[in-house]
Amino acid sequence: MNNLAPSSEVLAGAPTKVVEIIDLEKRFGDRVILNRVSLDLYEKENLVVLGRSGSGKSVLIKCMVGLLKADGGSINVLGYQVPLLSVHELNELRLQVGFSFQGSALYDSMTIRQNLEFPLKRNLRIFDQEVLNEKVMQALKDVGLENTVDMNPDELSGGMKKRIGIARTLILKPKIMLYDEPTSGLDPVTASEINELILQVRDTYHTASIIITHDISCARQVSDRMVALIRGESKLQGTFDELRGRNDEDLKHFFNY
Amino acid sequence: MTIPKTLIGIADVYKFIVRFFRSALVPPYEWREIGNQCYAQGNQSLFLITFTSFLAGVVFTKQSQPSLASFGAESWLPSLVSQAVVRSLGPLITGLICAGKLGSNMGAELGSMQVTEQIDAMEVSGTRPFSYLVVTRIVSATLMLPILVIYADCVALLGSFVMVNAFNDSSFLLFFNEVAERITYLDVFGSLIKSAFFGLAIGTISTYAGYHSDKGTTGVGKAANTAVVISMISVFIIDLLTLQVLNFFR
Ligand SMILES: Nc1ncnc2c1ncn2[C@@H]1O[C@H](COP(=O)(O)OP(=O)(O)OP(=O)(O)O)[C@@H](O)[C@H]1O
Ligand SMILES: [Mg+2]
Repeated sequence: MNNLAPSSEVLAGAPTKVVEIIDLEKRFGDRVILNRVSLDLYEKENLVVLGRSGSGKSVLIKCMVGLLKADGGSINVLGYQVPLLSVHELNELRLQVGFSFQGSALYDSMTIRQNLEFPLKRNLRIFDQEVLNEKVMQALKDVGLENTVDMNPDELSGGMKKRIGIARTLILKPKIMLYDEPTSGLDPVTASEINELILQVRDTYHTASIIITHDISCARQVSDRMVALIRGESKLQGTFDELRGRNDEDLKHFFNY
Repeated sequence: MTIPKTLIGIADVYKFIVRFFRSALVPPYEWREIGNQCYAQGNQSLFLITFTSFLAGVVFTKQSQPSLASFGAESWLPSLVSQAVVRSLGPLITGLICAGKLGSNMGAELGSMQVTEQIDAMEVSGTRPFSYLVVTRIVSATLMLPILVIYADCVALLGSFVMVNAFNDSSFLLFFNEVAERITYLDVFGSLIKSAFFGLAIGTISTYAGYHSDKGTTGVGKAANTAVVISMISVFIIDLLTLQVLNFFR
C-alpha cells in the first residue's frame, strides 16, 4: 500500500472538499476559545470532532453557519466564505446546511407537524397542504417516528426529540449536516439508534456531516475520519483506529487506555 | 454597570429599533402571525382590564361625589368622570396592565426560546425569526393597545354610571349624553395616539429583553422582570410627554 496515503480519503478517489476551515480563531472578551482550528470535510463523509466539554465544539459549528462571528481565519462552506456573506447569501447557504442542536431546539409552542412545516413554509414558501404533508411524513419516516406527527414536543422523550430535530433539518434536503452532540444524555441503546440514523442519513441523502461529540462509542460507530479539538486547536486528524493507535496524552481519557 | 457597557447597551437597543423598522416596512409582511398575536394579546389582558377599569370607574366616582356635593355641583359628576377616564385613567390602567401582562409574557416567551436555542434554530433554517417573533409582537401590541383603551374607557364609564345610579336614580341615556358632551375629538385622538405609543414601547422593550436574554434559566426570569419594570416606567414617561404635547393644542 502506498504509505504516503494518510487515510481513507485518498483511497476513495479524489473527493471534493465541501468545507475548508483554516486557522479559525474565536474569542469571547479576553477568553480565547478557538485558536488556529483547521479542518476539511469531504463529500459523503462523516467527520467526528472529538473534544472535552467546554472545548469550543459548539462554538466551532456555530461559526460555520454564521450564528457566531469568527475573529480570524477563513471558513469556506460549499464555496461560500462564511464571514463575508450578505444576509441573502447566508440564507442561501443555510438552506444547504442542516444543524441539529445539542438540546434539539424544537419549537415548543408548535406540534411536530408545525415544527417540520415551519422551514418549508417560511423558507421555501411551500403552502400546498398536500406537498407539505408528503414531505413531513417522508421526513418522519426517515427517522422512524411517523406516529408522533400530531404530538407536542413536551410529550416526547429526549431521544425522540433528537430524531425530530434531525428530521426538521433533513426536510430541507441539506448537503451538509452538522450534529451537535447527537447522543449526549441518551442511554446506550438509544444512542446507538441515533448513530444508526446518522449513518443512514449519509447513505440515503449522500450528505457530508460533522458530528460533534465526546462520546467515544458514537465516534467509533459513525466516523469515517476524526479530528480532536484540544485547548482550542485542532490536532490529530485520522481514522478512529489511527487516533487510538497514537497513544496521545490528551486523548487517553476518551479511549480509556 | 460600567460606562462602556452602558454605551454598548444603548447602541444595541438602537440597532434593535432600526432593525425593527427595517423588517416591519419591507415585505414579506407577516399578516397572519400579526393576527394571531393580536388575538393572543387581547385574550391575555381582557379579563384584567375589564376588572380593573370597572373598579377604577366605581372608586373614582365614589370618591369625587362627596367633594362635588359639598359645592352643590353634583350634576358635574358625569363630565368630571368622562374627562378623567378618557384623558388619563383608561390609557394609564390599560398601559400598566399590558406592561405587566404582555411584557412578562413576551419577555419570558422569547427568553426561553433564546435559552433553548429555538431562535438559533430558526435562524439557521433561514426562517427570519426576527420578523416572525419580534416584529409581529411589536406591531400587534401597537395595534391592540388603542383598541383595549377604548374598551377600558367604556367599562370604566359603565362602572361610574353604576355608582352615579346608586346615589340618585339617573337614566343611562342622560348620563352618557353628559359624558359625550364633555369629550372632545382631541381627547379621544390624543388618548389613542398615546396608547399606540404605549404599545410600541411595551412591545419593543419586552421583545428586546427576551430576544437578548442571557443564556441559562436565570436569563428567562431576568428577561421577564426587565420587560415588566422598564415597560411600566416607560408608560409613565410617555404619559407625561404626551400630556405636554397635547397641552399645546388645548
Ligand atoms: N455566546 C457566548 N458568550 C460567551 N461565552 C461563550 C458563548 N458561547 C460559548 N461560550 C464559551 O465558550 C466555551 C466553549 O463553549 P461550547 O459551548 O462551544 O463548548 P462545547 O465544547 O460545546 O461543550 P459541551 O460539550 O459542554 O457542549 C465555554 O467556555 C463557554 O463558556
Ligand atoms: Mg456544546
